[in-house]
Amino acid sequence: MSTSLSGIFFGVIKRDIRLAWSQGGTGTMALSFFLIAVTLFPFGVGPEPQVLARIAPGVIWVVALLACLISLDRLYQADFEDGSLDDLALSPLGLTGVAAAKIAAHWISTVLPLVVASPLLGILMNLPEEAYGTMVFSLLLGTPALSLIGSMGAALTVSVRRGGVLLSLLVLPLYVPTLIFAVGAVDASAGHVDASQPLALLGASSLLALAIGPFVSAQALRLSLE
Amino acid sequence: MVFEKLFFEVNPGELLFLRGRNGSGKSTLLRVVAGFLPVRAGTLTYGEEAWGRGDAALSEALVYAGHDNALKPVLTLRENLQELSRLMTGGLLAENRIAEAAEIFNLGRLLDQPVRYFSSGQRHRSNLMRFACLDRPLWLMDEPTVGLDAENRQALASLMKNHLAAGGMILAATHDPIGAEGREIDMRDFQPTATLGEEWL
Amino acid sequence: MHKFANPAQFNRLADRILPWAKAILAATLLYGLYLALFDSPPDRQQGESVRIMYVHVPAAWMAMFCYMVVAGASFTEIVWRHPLALLAGKAAAPIGATFTALALITGALWGKPTWGTYWQWDGRMTSVLVLFFLYLGYMAIWRSMDEEEKAGRAASILALVGVINIPIIKFSVEWWNTLHQPASVFRLDGPTIDGNMLWPLFTMAIAFKAYFVIVFLYRMKLEINRRKISVLRMSQVNG
Repeated sequence: MSTSLSGIFFGVIKRDIRLAWSQGGTGTMALSFFLIAVTLFPFGVGPEPQVLARIAPGVIWVVALLACLISLDRLYQADFEDGSLDDLALSPLGLTGVAAAKIAAHWISTVLPLVVASPLLGILMNLPEEAYGTMVFSLLLGTPALSLIGSMGAALTVSVRRGGVLLSLLVLPLYVPTLIFAVGAVDASAGHVDASQPLALLGASSLLALAIGPFVSAQALRLSLE
Repeated sequence: MVFEKLFFEVNPGELLFLRGRNGSGKSTLLRVVAGFLPVRAGTLTYGEEAWGRGDAALSEALVYAGHDNALKPVLTLRENLQELSRLMTGGLLAENRIAEAAEIFNLGRLLDQPVRYFSSGQRHRSNLMRFACLDRPLWLMDEPTVGLDAENRQALASLMKNHLAAGGMILAATHDPIGAEGREIDMRDFQPTATLGEEWL
Repeated sequence: MHKFANPAQFNRLADRILPWAKAILAATLLYGLYLALFDSPPDRQQGESVRIMYVHVPAAWMAMFCYMVVAGASFTEIVWRHPLALLAGKAAAPIGATFTALALITGALWGKPTWGTYWQWDGRMTSVLVLFFLYLGYMAIWRSMDEEEKAGRAASILALVGVINIPIIKFSVEWWNTLHQPASVFRLDGPTIDGNMLWPLFTMAIAFKAYFVIVFLYRMKLEINRRKISVLRMSQVNG
């Protein structure tokens, strides 16, 4: 049988999406967290529509970021624990390619549902109407960076027991630029200002994360195999 | 872990046993050959080519089975094998090939059961099925006989013999007799003798 | 490359440098403190509180400098697997984190009389705060794994990713800040600084650097001894 690299790549994506949505997977957990955590804010800061509208972009983005974060610690850990990581490392696709496929699967299975659910939360948070398009677009453009950067942290902490807390410590500072650009864009739209500059920077940070994320993740995973 | 004066070769049709007590480095050596561990000093070659970690040529030449079973509990045995095949070749296995491999280890009726219901012995045999499902010349087996009864041990031995007869190579770390003929190297001979001195970090 | 990995040689070199570094530290610190506290003039607007600057600014410089040391050591470790580089990063990080904390604390203390608030989400402060978090992450990874070398290599990877992030953070927070509060960007540098202030500033900077060298070398020696102990223990267990 000859080897098909694209077959492997899409095979890994399918495998991970399936595992994420099966029993014990993280897909449903992150989405539930996203919905519940956002609804805490009206209780915390009071239900005044103006206040909610002002903080809506930031709240939705921060909670989406945290939802992504809590799903990340299992990204490689499950494979590390049951020995599948050995197989992943031996795939002819190479560990960098496998990491890229796993990151893509994480984004599709865990983060994309958050993006789809975000307009609903926009309604709950009284987000100004003009900002919906930019919010969804900024999530589509910026959340790949969250998966990519998070993957590096997940790979670095894969062999650490209860690595979730350490993972947040490593990853959250690296999320700062993405968050700033994204919320800047949504805020700009809400205030009828041109959002193209922050959106361009957001896209650039995603591209930079794409350039280094899979490679660094693979290097970190190799460490855990030693 | 450091080895000293370690030299071995495996030729087509040859089986090499790594012997030694626990902690003597059998598994480590297998993981070095599989490319998981870097070779700090010395060389590892495959044919004429140097054998480096992360090489695609390396990963297309070997099958490795370690201590962990690398099975996803939520997937059935059949799905686990198909995922493995897709990961290693990009394609799926023929159904009859899976059925044949399952028969070797008496797992035929379990093929469509989720692995989470399997006993540890069944999981181990499921893991060994990879050798019957992937076409790779070099087999790296870490303690393949653990938890196998006499019947399954015989099945494993005949699987290995077939592979050798077809020109395959096997490197097996074990202290049990398997029933297949092969050369042996004893890991005790390669323990480092010198102690680390002041000048080393 | 590995000929410098000889700990005995390193110890000899360190022992030769240490007395000089201590002498420089004593001289510059005393002279610098005298200049900063007594000799230099109070600021026309800020009054005496400007003297915090002589601690604050060198500490901020050292915060960046230490990160570059950690990053350089990490790079050397990743590329050449150099054992002393591994230890150099581990030795420098807590010093850098301390200087970063010092810069943040003195900044807050200076901010209260000058701006009327301890904390302002201004670009520079925010990026230094993130730098502090990067140090914390680096040190946390070191402590998270049983195997020293693995932990060190993981920490090195993080340190290198952090390098890319620092200019981005700096750039992004300044941009973010100006969007919200364009009027309140405070500047510490610029042509307003008088020569009478510049001289004590540089003296203190040299004192801080000498302090870094001393603590860094002692920490390196400590780490080398710890490594020796663990190698001995290992050989006793395995022997």
